[in-house]
Parts: sequence; structure tokens; C-alpha cells
Amino acid sequence: MSAVNVLVCVKRVPDSSSEVVLTDDAQGVDGRYAGFTMSPHEECAVELAVQVTAASGGEATVLSLGDADAVEQLRSALAVGCTAATLITAESQRFGPADVAREIAAVVRDHEAEGRSHDLVLLGNDAADSGDFQVGIRLAYELGRPVVNGASVVEVQDGVVLAKSEGPEGMETYRVPLPAVVTIREGGVEPRYPSVPGRMKAKKVAVEERTPTAEPQGPKRVRLLLPPPVPSSVQVLGKGADAAPAVVDVLEELGVLR
Amino acid sequence: VILVLVEPDLEGHALEVSLEALTFARHLSAEGGDVPVDAVVVGEVSDELGKELAAYGVRTVHQVTGEGVAAFSGAGWASAILTVREAAKSVVVMAAGTDRGNELIAHVAARAGVAMAANVLSFSGLSPFVVTRQVVGGAALEEMKLDERPAVFTLAGHAVAAAPAEAPGPAELVTHAPEIAAVDLVARVVSVEQPAAEATGDLTKARVVVGAGRGAGGPDGFRDLIELTELLGASLGVSRVVTSAGWRPHHEQVGQTGSRISP
Repeated sequence: MSAVNVLVCVKRVPDSSSEVVLTDDAQGVDGRYAGFTMSPHEECAVELAVQVTAASGGEATVLSLGDADAVEQLRSALAVGCTAATLITAESQRFGPADVAREIAAVVRDHEAEGRSHDLVLLGNDAADSGDFQVGIRLAYELGRPVVNGASVVEVQDGVVLAKSEGPEGMETYRVPLPAVVTIREGGVEPRYPSVPGRMKAKKVAVEERTPTAEPQGPKRVRLLLPPPVPSSVQVLGKGADAAPAVVDVLEELGVLR
Repeated sequence: VILVLVEPDLEGHALEVSLEALTFARHLSAEGGDVPVDAVVVGEVSDELGKELAAYGVRTVHQVTGEGVAAFSGAGWASAILTVREAAKSVVVMAAGTDRGNELIAHVAARAGVAMAANVLSFSGLSPFVVTRQVVGGAALEEMKLDERPAVFTLAGHAVAAAPAEAPGPAELVTHAPEIAAVDLVARVVSVEQPAAEATGDLTKARVVVGAGRGAGGPDGFRDLIELTELLGASLGVSRVVTSAGWRPHHEQVGQTGSRISP
């Protein structure tokens, strides 16, 4: 089997598992207190990139567009088996989905001109912070490549990507010739934990640094805001079977039963 | 014209979330001086579906048929939707924010060279057209300007309650059988595996969801919950802990990396 080279794109995002705090200008989420991470979809995309390249003897390159701190996310991907890393240094909240797609496409083309092709580009299905659901699809049009969206299983055999994605009628299978773009949804693979030697090796990899190729058009964001807190109260309806009539009343009131 | 992508369910009825999208489109239409609302359906429109669309005030139902759209392809179906958009001269193209809806609308936006807003909850003002949408998995909201034409967006599930129109629309059926370019058919579904016998419903489309988390205790802790889910005609929704532990499949997961079920 010929070597398949994979580019996997990740985004440094504030951890949103605790309370979300906005920046003072209301243009972004402030991650100073909660910390930063990458989306679980992207962790799965990294795992798939490592699996596909390990099976074929190719190179897995990880890419991010973000500030200098995004190197942390690149190093996490290097620690689990990616072999090269590229950082497009930019203020990510000023970049809309079309801007990001254009910048990733420029990297793919430049690398190709240098003799490093990325046969398969993997991304998360959507960004954990901006929830745009479109960068991978826009990238495919930028590159003139086919795209499979929301796949959880990806394998490459004889220059063809086999991708499986959950559809309305069941698991859907695509067979797409390389080069291609696939966006990944969590659930098909278990991301591995980095080993100690993996972490050590990751520290030594030189990260390629680039600047954006054009001024961003921006995300058309007016501002971010927080939804009003959901009122919550706890009422004990009773114990055991005696509680049943009260439970039925509540279910009817909520419209669960009708 | 406001063009709404309507997705039928397996029995040929409009999805509840598609009816919500039509309801939202009518609110938008009223604000814009009674702009007509058209529906686009990929595949044959059944009689029942035609009646539902009429009840929701649809002017024209655009049915897309032909070999090119027989199997799903994001690019192929989006090219067909854009053919309909040209014919209907619509200034808005929208869909429910299902997996398909978000995928197709992203293709439509990329092909038309315009922005796309995913998971919109409401709009405030038409010039400029500003929408509020869910970000950070619903933990924050974003006001976003859609100042290009067509304005392209998906509607978050249950952002509005589905309500039929006061006066039904003619829902005149027009068939389109566009030629789909070969390049748009490269990434196309070649086969579908039917889900396992125990179907627990599609979360993004469910009206009622039974939620469960770590407290279920293990894979066996879900038996009663599934029975309750079936009795209520609901879908089962579980936390990330449950799917990470392998107790339940990922498609039942609710939240940022699972399904978003309510604004």
C-alpha cells in the first residue's frame, strides 16, 4: 500500500465544561479561568490521522490557526503520533469560517509545491466555540476536492477513503478517491493517551510558523451574549408508587404526555 | 422568496423541525412584507407531505427528482437546491439545523460565496438582517449579521413551536430534475446499514427526550429507561460519561459533541 499523508486541523478553544465567561469586548469566550482544549471531534480526527498514517507509512501533520499558545494543542497531537506541525499565527476570533478555509487551503497548496502532499485532510465537524459547521466543506471547495461530512469511521485502501457517517436511515458509507477532505464526528474511535516518550518526542519537533495570506473578512459577529440562566428548583414528589399520580400530573403539565 | 429545505421522515411526513423552519420563515415573511415562502424537497413529495406544506402556508413546493439526487451527496443536493433557488429567485435559503440541514446549507453557502449562520434562534431587524444563534454548544449566543444575498442559515431545533398558517397556501407542486455535475457526485452515499433493532429515536427531531447519565450505573441500567422512552414515544438522550464508558451508542449523546436538543 502506498503511503497516505494526512493533514489534521485543530482549534484551541476555551474549555466550556464549566461556566462560560465572555471577553470584555464580547467578541470571544474568555478561557483564562477554565483553561483551553480542543474539541472531542478533533481529538478523534487526530486519532484517525495517526491510525491512517501508521497503517500506510505516511506522515501525519497537525495544523492550527491561532495565537502562539495554540502550540500547546499542536504538541498534544504530536505527543500521540503526529509527526509534523504547522501554526498559522493569527487572532482566530477575527477569522470567519471562509477565512480559515482559505488559510488552510494555502498551506495545503504550499506544502504540495514543496513536495509534501496532504492526500487526506481531516477536521472536526464543527468548532467547539464558534459552532459554525462549515470550515471543512468550504475547504473542500477551495481545494476542489470531494468532502464527506460528519464521519466517525475512516479507513484508506488503495487510494480510496472509506468513511462512515450516521445518516437519517442508518450508517452511511462513502468511498471517495484521494485527495479528499473528511470532517469527523466523535464516536468512532477512542483517542489514545500520550505516552511519556511521546511527550518527550513532541517537544523536539520544530513547529512550522506561518502568517495569514490575506486580511480576514471576519466572522460577521456583532457580539456574543450569555443566555439568561435557567431557573432550577427541586421538588420531591413523593416516594415509591405513591408518587406516581404526582409524576403523571407533572408529565401532563410539561406536555410529555398528551 | 424565502426558500425552506424540508426534510421528510421515513414515512414521508415533514420532520417536526422542518415545520418549525416553515413557521420561522412565515414570521420572517410577515416582517418583510409578506414575502412568499417556498419549500424545496429532495425526492418525491407524497400527498400527505403536500397537504402539510399547504397547511403551513407554502406557496410553491419544489420537488427535486432524478438520478443525480437518488443517493445523498452534499455537493450534488446543494447544487440542486441552488437550481431551485435560481428558479424561485429566493433571497433567503434556510433549513432546520439537523445534521443534513447543516451540511447542505454549508454547501449552499460555500457554492454561493456567502456567509452561513448555523443554529439560529431568532432574528432582530431585516436591514441589516441580524440573527441570534447558538454557539459554544448552546452555552453562549452570538448576534451575527447576514448582509449578503441569499441570506443562508439553519434554525436550531425547537427555536419556535411549529404552528400551521392562519390561511393555507396553494403549495403548487413544481418538479425540477437538474443535471448534477459528475464532480458533485464523487462524495456520494454508496450504501446504508439499517440501524440495530433497538432504535431509540433521533434526538434532534424528538419532541420528548428521556435523559439519563452516570446514575444509570451501567449498561444494564437503561432497560427501564428504554421501556419508559418507548411508552412515552420519546427518544433516549444520555450524557457524555455514558457514551465514553461505552454503555450507550454515541448517537444518543446530548450536548456539544452530541445532539443539541433544545435552545
